[in-house]
Amino acid sequence: MHKALYGRSVKYLLMICGDESAEAHANDGCGGWSEEMEQRGVVEGGAGLRPPSEATTVRVRDDELLLTDGPFAETKEQIGGFVLINCADLDEAIEIAAKHPAAGYGTIQIRPVL
Amino acid sequence: MTEAVQALLDRIFRDEWGQVVATLIRVTGNWELAEECAQEAFAAALQRWPEQGVPDRPGAWLTTTARNRAVDWLRREAVGAAKLQAVAALGYESDEPYDVPDDRLRLMFTCCHPALAMEARVALTLRTLAGLSTAEIARAFLVPETTMSKRLTRAKQKIQHAGIPYRVPPAHLLPERTPAVLAVLYLLFNEGYSDVVRSGLSSEAIRLARLLVQLMPDEPEAAGLLALMLLHDARRATRLTADGVLVTLEDQDRTRWDHSVIAEGVALLDSALARGDAGPYQVQAAIAACHATARTAADTDWTQIAALYGQLKQTPVVALNRAVAIGMADGPAVGLRLVEDLAAGPLAGYHLLPATRADFLRRLGRLSEAATSYKEAVELATTDAERRYLQKRLEEVSV
Repeated sequence: MHKALYGRSVKYLLMICGDESAEAHANDGCGGWSEEMEQRGVVEGGAGLRPPSEATTVRVRDDELLLTDGPFAETKEQIGGFVLINCADLDEAIEIAAKHPAAGYGTIQIRPVL
Repeated sequence: MTEAVQALLDRIFRDEWGQVVATLIRVTGNWELAEECAQEAFAAALQRWPEQGVPDRPGAWLTTTARNRAVDWLRREAVGAAKLQAVAALGYESDEPYDVPDDRLRLMFTCCHPALAMEARVALTLRTLAGLSTAEIARAFLVPETTMSKRLTRAKQKIQHAGIPYRVPPAHLLPERTPAVLAVLYLLFNEGYSDVVRSGLSSEAIRLARLLVQLMPDEPEAAGLLALMLLHDARRATRLTADGVLVTLEDQDRTRWDHSVIAEGVALLDSALARGDAGPYQVQAAIAACHATARTAADTDWTQIAALYGQLKQTPVVALNRAVAIGMADGPAVGLRLVEDLAAGPLAGYHLLPATRADFLRRLGRLSEAATSYKEAVELATTDAERRYLQKRLEEVSV
């Protein structure tokens, strides 16, 4: 009823985060997760990322370009990858995120896309 | 307006609000609009019914009136034709029962979705299902009305923007989602139970639990929760002295317990337990039933209560309660030993730990040690009623 009436699907960004220990999993792959999700047709794109130590942060203030080596915020949890998905509702997004292997050692933030 | 009409309108409001809002949310997909239209429909009823009389099916009248407001609004906003048709069709199915109970259940599960913060779930349930005003909810939770209003708006926005589905979850999700609904209702009940001033919250929780039992007749834990609430609520009047000092179970006047409510709770529990495999609410209700059906405090079946606590997940608080039950069954020396074992754990700083230790020491006649523990408990107590009770005990053992 819900879907038929609104015919709606929602896009979410899954931000895959972890602390330093998560780097050990950088080359683990996704253990069949990607294949399953591609097959379900919910994945629109995504990638794993190189470590935050290789990040460059950009700001422009008063026409001046300011560069910082490393991520913007020195928090413990850093983003290590992202996936853009398109699915029925938050329940399905939660199910997809919970199946991702990174949910077992890091955290996955689900953000609805504007 | 006569008082009788006012009382009738109040009752209809309480009975029908949740249904009208739930139906309007389903057909419009817009929480704010649903609430506004329901509000307007009730305002129209308040104006018309005292003169023209109450319609045969007030709920249907209210839903139709609210639906008409929604159609007007959506027409002005010129939204998609499909949605407009869905809204307009509602209410013309006059042969169908207007009361699709699923809508309220849908609303209940959506309000209690675990992706919402607990305080938001509670507020949303009170607003949309129980029909409390934002001001009333703010008063109940001791926050400014603007704070509560923001909390409700944020929650509704998250439901809409994050795509929290408006539905009763499919079977494979029910085992995790049903406890989430029960937890909200139980929290609501306890908020009202721990504080005399807010006892209205307990009544709302009981009303919503009754609705849940009616909507999920095959869920024994829903019946278990309602039984648990009723068995506690039946003792409400005896829990405090006239001047607000806590009265323990042992000293409560059992003739003043509401025995018809106890009978209802026990009957509900029995039929739930008959399905086998009792969940935690049924086990807690069984414990409450042991207390509520004991003719005198001395008749309490503490062995049975200890066994029931053993069936619950062993959180530190459950372990403490189990220690109390074992101590009452096997003697204060045994109980004291079990409580001492818990002292080093996560219960440090919890006032009921020294209070329990003090109680066993008092029963053993070790009064000066009891006094030390009562003093510690007085300092840690969180409510005035408990503090005054412990103070009274402290004075008794200090003589």
